[in-house]
Amino acid sequence: MRSALQRREAVLVGILAAMIVVITVRAPVFLSAGSLDTLATDGGILAMMALVQMIALLTGGIDLSLAAIMALVGMVTALMSRAYPELPVVLTLVTALSAGLVLGAINAVLIAVIGIPPIVVTLGTMSMYRGAVFLVSGGTWVNAHEFGHAYLAFPTARTLGLAHITWITLAVIAAGYVFLNHTRAGRELYALGGNRVAARYVGISESRVALRVYCLTGTISGLAGYLWVARYAVAYTETALGFELQTVAACVIGGVSTAGGKGRVLGCLLGAAFLVIVLNSLPLIDVSPFWQMAISGAAILAAVIVNSRDEAPRGKRILPRATAAKEPA
Amino acid sequence: MRRWELVLVILLVAVCVTGSFVSPYFLDIHNLFDSTQAFAEKAIVALSMTLVIIGRDIDLSVAAIIALCAAIVGWLASHGVGTTGLALASVAVGTAAGAFNGAIILRFRTQAIVVTIGTMSLFRGIAYAMLGDGAYTQYPEGFEELGQGYLWGLVPYELVAFGILAIAFTLVLHRTVIGRRLYAYGNNPDAAHYSGIHVDAHRFWLFTVNGAMCGIASLFLTSRIGATRPNIATSWELDVIAVVVLGGVSILGGSGSMPGVILAVFVMGLLTFVLGLMNVPGIMMSIITGFLLVVAIATPLVLRRLMPRRVG
Repeated sequence: MRSALQRREAVLVGILAAMIVVITVRAPVFLSAGSLDTLATDGGILAMMALVQMIALLTGGIDLSLAAIMALVGMVTALMSRAYPELPVVLTLVTALSAGLVLGAINAVLIAVIGIPPIVVTLGTMSMYRGAVFLVSGGTWVNAHEFGHAYLAFPTARTLGLAHITWITLAVIAAGYVFLNHTRAGRELYALGGNRVAARYVGISESRVALRVYCLTGTISGLAGYLWVARYAVAYTETALGFELQTVAACVIGGVSTAGGKGRVLGCLLGAAFLVIVLNSLPLIDVSPFWQMAISGAAILAAVIVNSRDEAPRGKRILPRATAAKEPA
Repeated sequence: MRRWELVLVILLVAVCVTGSFVSPYFLDIHNLFDSTQAFAEKAIVALSMTLVIIGRDIDLSVAAIIALCAAIVGWLASHGVGTTGLALASVAVGTAAGAFNGAIILRFRTQAIVVTIGTMSLFRGIAYAMLGDGAYTQYPEGFEELGQGYLWGLVPYELVAFGILAIAFTLVLHRTVIGRRLYAYGNNPDAAHYSGIHVDAHRFWLFTVNGAMCGIASLFLTSRIGATRPNIATSWELDVIAVVVLGGVSILGGSGSMPGVILAVFVMGLLTFVLGLMNVPGIMMSIITGFLLVVAIATPLVLRRLMPRRVG
């Protein structure tokens, strides 16, 4: 039997297909190689980040700080590239991953060891990390001409016809899929999000899971921060501002429950694809880009309403509903 | 006085003492009153947000509601509507937007956080669709008085409004059955439901009131800055939530007090003012806000762990 989530995904595929047809009919350029390439790179970062956001959401948590981590790590790597333009890309990647891990670990310790709710921790660190971007950069921008050549070239360079950014996205998605579906640690996330008490009784440590989750979201955010900065060739304090909510939106559209325990990689990717197409294709069909935000808001609400029908009732009714007694005449 | 409020009073005193040391302009009564204008609007929204969070909900769309109200008020003003009409319109739009949030959340039994992420895009998106990259700058004569005027030439109207609303919200939360019921369902919605409290009706009205407060805040904000762009009040929702949590309200619902939040409003507001006097860039304030938020929540948790439980 197909689950509610799979039905949702089928509907979403239908909507995406319809959107693509409508857009292509009105603007055939949409299906050109260049346009698809932009979609793949822009969408890649969102898909990757939506996936890690989903991992946090599955446990009933949330990571609001991931866009700020992207901005901070992006800025740190950009400053390094400005100071040492010849720096090999491998070192940039290692820096990005490890800086992300450190920032994620701060979240993880506050959540898992001290026991503060994830939404409060990541709200706080979001402000701090965002402010730290200003501190390390002194409020300045790193502009396109100041980066080292390799730094900018790597993400968009191609191997076997695909941009590195796309390869990285595919690798993260594949790893995420295997992790969530075929490892013990991944299944524990679902168990914990689905029923906290039951998970505790079968010996799942809530704090160990939280430690893993927020270190992971931080690390991938660090990587995405470098890719984002290199992709747009600029680093400044407001890099990826508000992106954390886009990742949550992609998850919600893809049927991931913010209450935890429900969500699949495919749904999450479809949600990200939906958002990216809405955000990128409006100018092609002569809709003012100023409508972007309202349309994505309406899409999120529609998704929320559709999701709501799939949410299982919290309790089971054991007595028949009282009906108005009908007195015999 | 409870312990948390005591901590906030100490913080407030510390901020004032520091302020008077670092700048001769801090203890000037006019400057102090003027500084309140800069945070009164967020403070007004924080009052109703406190009730929303105690009731286990959250509203991330407040800044977007402010933007929507501002855009519609700006549009009406450019079509010749007078100050009274604008004031009514702002509150009406805010109320309607809040009611919309409440209706969706309750009708479809969904979580407030996701619905308000959606309406956050929707409401601000409407403001963007109306304004594009333009701005409304035409306001009727006397409109600026609301956000820039003073009662008896000393107390800004914004502070007066905040004061009146703060008293009203404190009374509602701590002296009426509405407040008692709020704590009851914030602690245990199911038990409250079975005790005959109309939890859903309460939640709906709280979202509506929260929207109305955004309408009032928006009115003061547009009047104070005299121009409306669609990015007005960007990311205020996080400042408002941070101040509420700093005021001792549990993000999980069920506990917190209005005096705590009011104290937190002044701590954060005056701290911003002091940093401004010290020429510290505004973004530094976001580091401090984030830091205070985390430390404020972490401290009691760490203390509880370090000190073995004695009694109670």
